[in-house]
Amino acid sequence: MSKLKFIRIIVGFISGALFGAGMIISGMVDPNKVIGFLNISGNWDPSLMFVMGGAITVFAPIYHLVIKKRSTAINGDQFAYSNNTKVDGNLIWGAIIFGAGWGLAGFCPGPALASMGGGTNIIFAFILSMLVGIVFANQYLAGRFPLPFVGYREQCDL
Amino acid sequence: MENFTPWTSLAGGALLGLSAALLMLFSGKIAGISGVIAGVLTPQKNESSWRAAFIVGMILSLLIVMPFGFSLPDISGENILLVSLAGVMVGFGTRLGNGCTSGHGIIGLGRISKRSIYATATFMLSAIVVVFIRSFFGAI
Repeated sequence: MSKLKFIRIIVGFISGALFGAGMIISGMVDPNKVIGFLNISGNWDPSLMFVMGGAITVFAPIYHLVIKKRSTAINGDQFAYSNNTKVDGNLIWGAIIFGAGWGLAGFCPGPALASMGGGTNIIFAFILSMLVGIVFANQYLAGRFPLPFVGYREQCDL
Repeated sequence: MENFTPWTSLAGGALLGLSAALLMLFSGKIAGISGVIAGVLTPQKNESSWRAAFIVGMILSLLIVMPFGFSLPDISGENILLVSLAGVMVGFGTRLGNGCTSGHGIIGLGRISKRSIYATATFMLSAIVVVFIRSFFGAI
C-alpha cells in the first residue's frame, strides 16, 4: 500500500471517529433535541445552534488561514471542494425534501451513522431507507426514474 | 429551555469542525456525511477506501465516548414507518441537493459557499415548517 493511500485511509478513520464522537457528545443523535431546536413556536432548545457555531468556529479559521492557501492537501491529493456558485432547482428542491424528512423524524445522515453502535431497529430502518432514497436520487439524476408531477429528468441540462 | 446544553453542544460541535478540517487538510476530502455514504454506493477509483474507513470510524465512535459517560438516547419508541419515510426523503433530498447538515451546514457555510448558504437556509426553513405543522396537529 502506498503512503498516499495509507494517509487517506488512516485520516478517514480518525476523522470519522472524531465526527461520530462530536455527534454523540453534542446531542445531535437525540431526535427529540433536534425537534426541540426546530420547534421554534414551542419549548425552543437552541443547543443545535451551538453545535453548528462550535463546528464553524473551528473549521472556518483552519480553512481560510491554512487550507485555502495550499494548492494540494498534505498527502498531495487535490482538494475535493468545488467553487460552483450556481443555485439551481436541484439544490433548492433537494434541500426542501431533505429538510422535510429531517423535520419529520429528527434524523440526518451524520447522527444516524453515529447512532449505529446503539443497534436499535429504528436506526437500521432509517439508514436502509436513506440508502434507497440515495439510489432513487441517483437514478432520477441519470434520467432513469420519473418523479410524481415532474416526470423524467431532461438530459440536456447536464 | 430546560433541555438546553450549551457546553456539551459547543464541545461536540468543535469536534465536528476539527474532524472536517483534519480530513480536508490531510487528504483534501469533504466530511459531508451524505456524500460519504453516497460515494460508497457508486464507487470511484481512490474514493472508496477512505469513505469506508470514515464510516467505520463513525460507527465505532460510540466506544470512544462511552468511557467518558456519554451514551445514545433511547429511541426505541419512535414510529418506524415515519422514520422510514423520513429516511427515503433524507436520502433523496441530500443527493439531489448535494449535501446535508454537515456538508452544507458546516463545511459549506465555513467556506462561505453561495450554494451552501442557500441550501442550509432552505432545509432549515423546510424542517421548521414541517415541525410547526406536526406540532399544530399535536404530533409533538
